[in-house]
Amino acid sequence: MSIKRLSGAHVPHYKNTASCAPVRMPAPAKVTIPMGMHIGAPCTPVVKVGDLVKVGQVIGEAAGFVSVPVHASVSGKVTALTEIQVANGSFAKAVVIESDGEQAVSETVVPPVVETYEQFTAALRASGLVGLGGAGFPTTVKFSVKDPSKVEYLLINGAECEPYITSDTRTMVDDADHIVKGAMTIRKFLGVKNIAIVIEDNKPEAVEIFRKKTADIEGFTVEAMPSLYPQGGEKVLIHNVTGRDVPEGKLPLDVGCIVINCTSLAFISKYLETGMPLVEKCITVDGSAVANPQNVIAPIGTALSDIFAFCGGYKAEPKKILLGGPMMGIAVPDDSVPLLKNNNAILAFAEKEASLPATTACIKCGRCAAACPAGLMPMQIERAYKLKNVDELNRLKVMLCMECGCCSFVCPAKRELVLVNKLSKGMVRAAMPPKK
Amino acid sequence: MVVTCSPHIRDNASTQSIMRDVLIALVPALIASVLVFGFSALLRVIVCVIFAVGSEYLFEKACGRPITISDYSAAVTGVLLAYNLPPELPLWMAAFGSIVAIVAVKQLFGGIGHNFANPAITARIVLLISFAGPMTTWVIPDTVSGATPLGLIAAGELEKLPPVTSMFLGTIGGCLGETSALALLLGFAYLLYRKVITWHIPVFFVGTVFVLTALVGYNPVYQVLAGGLLLGAIFMATDYSTSPLTVKGQIIYAIGCGFITFMIRIFGNYPEGVSFSILLMNIIAPHITNLTLNKPLGGVSK
Repeated sequence: MSIKRLSGAHVPHYKNTASCAPVRMPAPAKVTIPMGMHIGAPCTPVVKVGDLVKVGQVIGEAAGFVSVPVHASVSGKVTALTEIQVANGSFAKAVVIESDGEQAVSETVVPPVVETYEQFTAALRASGLVGLGGAGFPTTVKFSVKDPSKVEYLLINGAECEPYITSDTRTMVDDADHIVKGAMTIRKFLGVKNIAIVIEDNKPEAVEIFRKKTADIEGFTVEAMPSLYPQGGEKVLIHNVTGRDVPEGKLPLDVGCIVINCTSLAFISKYLETGMPLVEKCITVDGSAVANPQNVIAPIGTALSDIFAFCGGYKAEPKKILLGGPMMGIAVPDDSVPLLKNNNAILAFAEKEASLPATTACIKCGRCAAACPAGLMPMQIERAYKLKNVDELNRLKVMLCMECGCCSFVCPAKRELVLVNKLSKGMVRAAMPPKK
Repeated sequence: MVVTCSPHIRDNASTQSIMRDVLIALVPALIASVLVFGFSALLRVIVCVIFAVGSEYLFEKACGRPITISDYSAAVTGVLLAYNLPPELPLWMAAFGSIVAIVAVKQLFGGIGHNFANPAITARIVLLISFAGPMTTWVIPDTVSGATPLGLIAAGELEKLPPVTSMFLGTIGGCLGETSALALLLGFAYLLYRKVITWHIPVFFVGTVFVLTALVGYNPVYQVLAGGLLLGAIFMATDYSTSPLTVKGQIIYAIGCGFITFMIRIFGNYPEGVSFSILLMNIIAPHITNLTLNKPLGGVSK
């Protein structure tokens, strides 16, 4: 079966840190841990000011099905319960812990007993794991499958198509065994026949490692895909591997697929071995303003300024700081914001890279539509948005936009098409009848 | 600290770099034109470019709009209009055509990207209708004056037709930039290489004319090489603003252009129909786009 691969953009790679094995930074003096680091209901804090906490101790309880607990990432004393503005602009409760520098591990951190499928999803929930590729969707929800026989494909996302970011690359190179073991655990509980790890071909070392490690495993394939952004987009990846398209308003599961980020999968294996929940994250620290770009393992909640300081500080005045890669990452107002569970890179740019070229008139070249992996027509969407025409926005299927950034990237007139798509989606949502 | 919406990196291609590529792709035809028609061809190109760029500057200045002449689009219009003119057309007519193209067809509709018809094509038609005599007075290389290959075919004087090699190289009568197929194809190859255009419109446009004229018994090779077909199909019908935005739409549009060209050439009063065909298809291009929207990934029609 030959699959017509989806469109995309040839973005630069800038994988400067691909050969940098991650370095664990010492616990910072203070961490600020938000209660909402996942898609879904934010957690309820279960500690109070003055409490002493240890690494791995629950400090926020999950509040609902689509929610996972939050754990202390340092040992020390809770000094404040506060509210902070997180990167997406919303406000969330946060627990501030002053570190005692001991990193004493909580007694609650013991390997979970996992013999049944129910125990497995319960363990995933207790681990606090969210999709580490960036989406931040609670992994336990993804694996709460009513009918496991419907899952035909487990797709391991090692595409890592965003420029600069190499944290998944390092997981695949340094921790391949945990990824394979995680896949086998999921096969054990879900009985999934086809497992594929998808890696962009600009990471030949990782491709080679997995070809060797999985050669003897039945139904485990290594898909070396061309480096065409956004190869790692969930729907793009499903299409390019299986030829299936996730219908509007449906989930990957509806076409028999579960996609999981490679680092999430490695984490599952490690959690089942040690019981240490998600309290730290390997991130790529890079950008023209960073003195020593490298991969760093940092406690969740560490202020970005502390992480940049660990990397030698700024070599030029930072004018733009991103959580995530340059295609989909979020620009933050200052470097005091905390590291979140689903971050995989923090980038700091000097003046030159921080400013974007001036916008000029649309010349209707059609490059945005040609690049769109979702087959949308951004220039038409922009026109409908200006006319505030919700019916037309619906006809143009703006809600299917994954905000990957290809349209804005290729636009020769440098138009802010992603911004318009985001605003258009807001306009469509506002016009929807309220849910009953 | 700068806070903007993603993406935070952008491709190097700009409107200016695209228009610069189009100008580069037009250079071989300019060289061929000067070799065939001499300095008068170059002079007309220079006059058209000066008046196109100048009128864009003055109009935008007068309206208080940002000056966009540095995007080279006005220069492209000037060159294309010149290429559609007879080599000895009075210079003031060439200048007038440039002003019509930029002011009446482009700027009055809002400037680059907003015009619904191709400025150079429309200006050429305005000149053709206004100055029918000078616009159809041809210089035939090696002789004093005479008819173009399409004129000869229309008159049934097939025995006077130049050999195919002359038509391919461009040593024949015609508008100053349209005669050399070789030069235009070199430009086409460059545009494809630089990904400024895709092959769909030129190939379907020319292909339609080739097939239809062959079906009714004409020599299709002459039909392709004569007149403004290659110039129109490669450089004019592919104008971004005035052609459909979808590949499917572009194919329909190109076939439409080819069909109208064929109808005018074979059954109409004018020997040439490329300009009219492109203008007519320009007008319905937005509707073609609208009827051929791309199918979104996983899109469910309601």
